[in-house]
Amino acid sequence: MSNSENVLRVSNVTVQFGGVVALKDLNLEVNKGEIIGLIGPNGAGKTTAFNAITGVYAPTNGAIYLNEELMSSNYPSKKMLALYAGGNLGKYDKRIAPTPDVIAKKGIARTFQNIRLFKNLTVFENVLIAKHMTVKADPFSATFMLNAAEEKRIRQESLELLKILGLERVKDDISTSLPYGKQRHLEIARALATKPQLLLLDEPAAGMNPQESDELMHFVARVKDDFNLSILMIEHHMQVVMGVCSRIYVLDYGVTIASGNPKEIQNDPKVIEAYLGVDE
Amino acid sequence: MDVTTFFQNCVTGISLGSAYALIAIGYTMVYGILRLINFAHGDIFMMAGYFTIFAISNFFMPWYLAIPFVILATVVLGVAIEKAAYKPLREAPRMSIMISAIGVSFLLENLATYLFSGLPRSFPKLGFLQNVYKIGDVSAPIVTFITPVITIGLLFVLIYLVNHTKMGMAMRAVSKDYEASRLMGIEINTIITITFVIGSALAAVGAILYFSPRPLVYPFSGVMPGLKCFVAAVIGGIGSIPGAVIGGFAIGISETFLVALFPSMTGYSDAFTFVLLIIMLVFRPTGLLGENITEKV
Amino acid sequence: MILKKSTKLILTTVLIAVALVLVFLLDKGVIGSSYTVRIVRLSFIYALIGVSMNLVNGFTGLFSLGQAGFMAIGAYTVGVLTIPVELRPNVYYMKPMANWLINIDIPFGFALLLGGLFAAIFAALIGAPVLRLKSDYLAIATLGFSEIIRAVIANNQLGAITNGSLGLKSIPGFDNLFVPVLISVAGVGIMALMIKSTYGRAFKAIREDEIAAEAMGINLFKHKELSFAVSAFFAGIGGGLLAVHLTAVDSNQFKIMVTYEILLIIVLGGMGSITGTCIAAFAITAGKEWLRFFDSALYIGQWQVPLFRPGLRMVIFSLLLMAIVLFYRKGLMGTKEFSWDAIFTFFYNLKNKVMRIGNKSLKGGASNE
Repeated sequence: MSNSENVLRVSNVTVQFGGVVALKDLNLEVNKGEIIGLIGPNGAGKTTAFNAITGVYAPTNGAIYLNEELMSSNYPSKKMLALYAGGNLGKYDKRIAPTPDVIAKKGIARTFQNIRLFKNLTVFENVLIAKHMTVKADPFSATFMLNAAEEKRIRQESLELLKILGLERVKDDISTSLPYGKQRHLEIARALATKPQLLLLDEPAAGMNPQESDELMHFVARVKDDFNLSILMIEHHMQVVMGVCSRIYVLDYGVTIASGNPKEIQNDPKVIEAYLGVDE
Repeated sequence: MDVTTFFQNCVTGISLGSAYALIAIGYTMVYGILRLINFAHGDIFMMAGYFTIFAISNFFMPWYLAIPFVILATVVLGVAIEKAAYKPLREAPRMSIMISAIGVSFLLENLATYLFSGLPRSFPKLGFLQNVYKIGDVSAPIVTFITPVITIGLLFVLIYLVNHTKMGMAMRAVSKDYEASRLMGIEINTIITITFVIGSALAAVGAILYFSPRPLVYPFSGVMPGLKCFVAAVIGGIGSIPGAVIGGFAIGISETFLVALFPSMTGYSDAFTFVLLIIMLVFRPTGLLGENITEKV
Repeated sequence: MILKKSTKLILTTVLIAVALVLVFLLDKGVIGSSYTVRIVRLSFIYALIGVSMNLVNGFTGLFSLGQAGFMAIGAYTVGVLTIPVELRPNVYYMKPMANWLINIDIPFGFALLLGGLFAAIFAALIGAPVLRLKSDYLAIATLGFSEIIRAVIANNQLGAITNGSLGLKSIPGFDNLFVPVLISVAGVGIMALMIKSTYGRAFKAIREDEIAAEAMGINLFKHKELSFAVSAFFAGIGGGLLAVHLTAVDSNQFKIMVTYEILLIIVLGGMGSITGTCIAAFAITAGKEWLRFFDSALYIGQWQVPLFRPGLRMVIFSLLLMAIVLFYRKGLMGTKEFSWDAIFTFFYNLKNKVMRIGNKSLKGGASNE
């Protein structure tokens, strides 16, 4: 169900720390409106991939394109070259390594494996903060309240968002006082507040029972439609992944061992071997 | 600068550097295990100075009793501080324990002012240590010559301890991974106590060696040496004992030569150390021998 | 208990009016003495400096120990530029004042702003290398810069400008309470507004979780620089006010201990609370004076109470800081600000408690519960 409008293209990205290759030659595509799954055993490099895409790490080699435009790229330094795990050196000769906030402003938002909410702040503040980057006011104007209109706008938008996600009643509660599942919803709400075109979800169903993960599955699909997004998702809960993703990439020890639609992945012997039994 | 002056300065610089090295080791060990900058370490050094004054001038101990007494007293102080001010905050956010360290430093300085008055007290003669000795044209108190020897000796003992004993291995484990060490059954409290014992003992020795040729102690005697020694630890690579020693020597020697070559810059010698620190932190934050620690996102 | 907005507005207006009247009366000498006026003035100045440090440490979560250095820049700027021209040769008696400086005489207000500006510029400059460091190193680096500033100011090489180790004196002092109070309140007010704004929320986000903040589009470096520079600006202004209050400054007044004392104020008040810092500033400045009692010998009849001699005051202070750090980490106000609701709720609950105890004692042993 994907049209050929390519949102994200990860091209031969390798992430290497000293002697450790966390991610090797990842090639991945997300097209408009797709939900893509990224699975693999623990330590396979999935979160590293997220970090490379969002700018937390600069790729050691390779390039990442957003809407067909080059967003980050790099090539191994001389020191790395000696250690380099081989693979496609690529034709990249420029190091372009934007910081995460730049990438967020370009329209890529994410959640975190271990939930990184702003712990001591309220639910409302958590979402408001994500709107900060959209405020067109310098510190002076903001301080002296010359940007009242902007402030009003972001408050309204944040409130709307909380309403849609069913969090408005708890909007003035401290974020960590929410039950675990609601905290995950809040983290997603916060990411959505940045008005992204691509949403990266890192294990959104972690710690949930089968019923909750089922709800989450529907929630993710709904969010994608309502907000006109493309989604890249890391997950371990197989029924969520198989149920909602149109395509899946499988990583193991930093290497892509399989990619395809859910049916193909489920029957791939390499995948089964890596996981020692895929069904949970 | 003629040869004699050059060697004179070398001797002074090396001696100063070794005193700094002993103190820097204390910083680096505590930081390696607790990830805490023990702001109070410089003040423990200062208290050791006062303990020596009391041992000799008030209790009339002979030097061979005074020195162990001072080391013991300083160790007791260091361990007491750890138990009272740092241990309760081990699970607290990092800033809290650092503020606690600052608080202890503040308390020690004010306590010293209250107990011993703000006026400098003179550091006593310890047996033969202050007798002047002459090698060729270079003359200095004996202590200046034996300081580096003692420092290197202690360094070797320490390296042996850390690398070749079970306890040392436990210490290395704790500094690499605190949580895992606990799970593996290492008695964290004991290890931390031992770290403070060693650090305080070295600070006491360092104090004796430092104050002998500079016999004035006042409540803020520990402030500058403390900060400089932390800088030394950073330069050598925080967490690395040999690094701390190298850092200590580096700072001691450069400080001595700076003042010798540019006497008008004496007021800047402290600031110079900080400039070194900033340069180090900007260009090579892990220091000369330090290790990289990457945070997992 | 949640009060009506109009009620709260009336209460706040009344509170401010009362405060203004008190200040006015103090100023005119109707109540208090010149000693009281000095304490009040100093408290307001420390409130300003405390809030400036809290902005960076408490609200943005950066462990910066450089406040004394920024205060020094502000103090010296004001001092150098406002000593009356005819008195300058008197002050600069070892090394005459630089020629280009000797006739520059700037009105107090401008000198103050200039002081804050210089402090802010310096902060922005050192921010570039220093703000990228981890918290522990940031602390030492800012401490280091504070000492470097002090060394530069004290150095006799620059005596033509700073008068070196002699310090500055004959700075025209305050002849009223109103001006410093106004400036202090304005400064705290501006910082409070900033914290309430979207930038203030961004600061708090950085404090809570840098990585998440960055992922939500907040440029860490720019925002840290902003917080750092604004904090330095107001620390500089505070320093300038201090210089005028004391009419004399020298580099020894800006030792690291001063930063520690301000740290005490913000820890006592609660590191995430402006109200807390202000209250603590008053409590500590007044407390310090009251505690002078401990610094001189105390006699009960003929008997001299042991321990009472100079220095005890600061020891008690230090113990106070340790007690707070160990047992009351959140300080007086934690991260909460002043709110009428909280006050009324407190008294309402108190009233209920008292009534319940009263009822119980009336009923006596009549019922078993």
